Amino acid sequence: MGAITMESPLIQGAYMASALLFILGISRLGRVRSARAGNRIAALAMLVAVVATTIVLWGDAGRETLWAVLAGGVALGSVIGLVLARRVAMTAMPELVALFNGLGGAASMLVAWAELERARGTWASGPRGADGLVVSEGLFGLGTVNLATLYGPLFVVAAVLSILIGAVTLSGSLVAYGKLAGKIRGARLGPLGIRPLNAVLLATAVAVAGAVGFAFAGDPETAAWAIYALVGLTLLLGIGLVVPIGGADMPVVISLLNSYSGLAACSTGFVLQNNLLIVAGSLVGASGLILTKIMCRAMNRSLANVLFAGIDAGSAGGDQEYTGVKSTSAAELAMVLDAAQSVIIVPGYGLAVAQAQHKVQELATLLEGRGCEVRYAIHPVAGRMPGHMNVLLAEASVPYERLFELDEINGDFKNTDVTIVVGANDVCNPAAYEEGSAIAGMPVLDVWDSRTVVVVKRSLSPGYAGIKNELFERDNALMLFDDARAAIEEAVSEFGDL
Amino acid sequence: MTDLALLALPAATLADDGAGSFLIVGLWVFLLAIFVGVELITKVPPTLHTPLMSGANAISGITLVGALSCAAADFPQAGRVLGFLAITLATINVVGGFLVTDRMLGMFGSSGRGKKDAD
Repeated sequence: MGAITMESPLIQGAYMASALLFILGISRLGRVRSARAGNRIAALAMLVAVVATTIVLWGDAGRETLWAVLAGGVALGSVIGLVLARRVAMTAMPELVALFNGLGGAASMLVAWAELERARGTWASGPRGADGLVVSEGLFGLGTVNLATLYGPLFVVAAVLSILIGAVTLSGSLVAYGKLAGKIRGARLGPLGIRPLNAVLLATAVAVAGAVGFAFAGDPETAAWAIYALVGLTLLLGIGLVVPIGGADMPVVISLLNSYSGLAACSTGFVLQNNLLIVAGSLVGASGLILTKIMCRAMNRSLANVLFAGIDAGSAGGDQEYTGVKSTSAAELAMVLDAAQSVIIVPGYGLAVAQAQHKVQELATLLEGRGCEVRYAIHPVAGRMPGHMNVLLAEASVPYERLFELDEINGDFKNTDVTIVVGANDVCNPAAYEEGSAIAGMPVLDVWDSRTVVVVKRSLSPGYAGIKNELFERDNALMLFDDARAAIEEAVSEFGDL
Repeated sequence: MTDLALLALPAATLADDGAGSFLIVGLWVFLLAIFVGVELITKVPPTLHTPLMSGANAISGITLVGALSCAAADFPQAGRVLGFLAITLATINVVGGFLVTDRMLGMFGSSGRGKKDAD
């Protein structure tokens, strides 16, 4: 069958079905009961799209090396993807999501780059004049032309946009991966730091992108160097954009990079004139943008502030001296809990680092066995990606009905006997209510309203905001200085001895 | 001789009116899809934020469709190398993304049953 092309009704019908399945899948993915089915519907949509594309390529058959390339790439990618998906620990989820994001962006960038190479190849195959320049028939007639007049501005603009967004997604995600996996230390740069350099990089990249399309008339060889320069500059830009951003702002960064990976695919859809890429890419772009917005709102900061300012640690932090802090032990925690009728657990990044989710669930089960009500209060930016705590607690089989959002549970702290803060800091800092504080206006969990607050934390060191947390000095606050898992484990065994 | 160059132009050429009208159609599709996406995702509960993100991530691997045609069509050597890389990376994104999302959501499912048992 050689006659089936992209424009055939069969293929376009398959692409339409695929687009609808993607939309259906995403809508199912948004509800707890149907989420797993939704993910599978989206996977089916992808399968339909890939099979339809392969049918089109069948017309190109007879070139065995090409099939080897295709099959080889798909097989290699499948094996790596399978192994990564199976092997990764749930605590390493943020890194993996960042990594996959980067790969998606990279693929879009490479496709656009390959299309530019193809266009350049065709361009270079044209006849040359006496001066060595290629003479071709462009939009404005015969002459020496550039990529934009030869292939149209849409093609070139979409291609350079794909490279820009895709490359920033790739290198930005790899930096985010490094930070999340603890491989890149978050060395804070000076007040000016790297940001002016980013502005220069961006301006240069835009200029080079313009040149790729609109300069080098009749000279495809020099245009090639401009394309390489564009790829290099945009990769550097991605690094420069993410390096200065602190670990606790990662939920915003990951959401934004997620959005970029969709927009890169979308832009590639304009390069290839393929509506399916535009639909699927836009869905991802929209989803990432909304998550970004939710994360920013949860920190009461604007996106620009997260990306370009960072938190000014010196603004209103005051001194970091603590007075009247009461230290406690796991044994005392067990005793306090023994008398409690209602307990709220507030998990934070420290819980993820210590992998304490299973021990926390064990403690909760013990308490529930004694008729105590146990709930979890989840701050939207607790952890390193949106919904990070929910995944960890789900892994430990904590029923999701016990997990409450900030708005749902904040009024209940005052009726609660004991609140245990496990590895969280800024999300329960009363400074958010003080004007002029670095985190002023950020929605926080009012844990101090409960009768007793036990804070499990390794030291009095500040959270990402770099400011003091007066919660630790409150009369009803007890500090349990230990690794989260060790502390909770000890409390569980003490509890058994009571 | 110029006819040769014209024949070899990719579909994306503006030499006919196809690309101009595709821009308009493409922008319509883009706007409507963004609208649908925003409407669908605004309602997602925080519990599902991570699976949503990782599932969406896998969907962004749709660029695999573009990568496949890249490696197959009349591409120069450099284009094919890029195409092969693109296919591999996009497939990792797609296969890994959907599988890990399924694994995650499987845990959410079991916690749901746990709730029923507890009641």
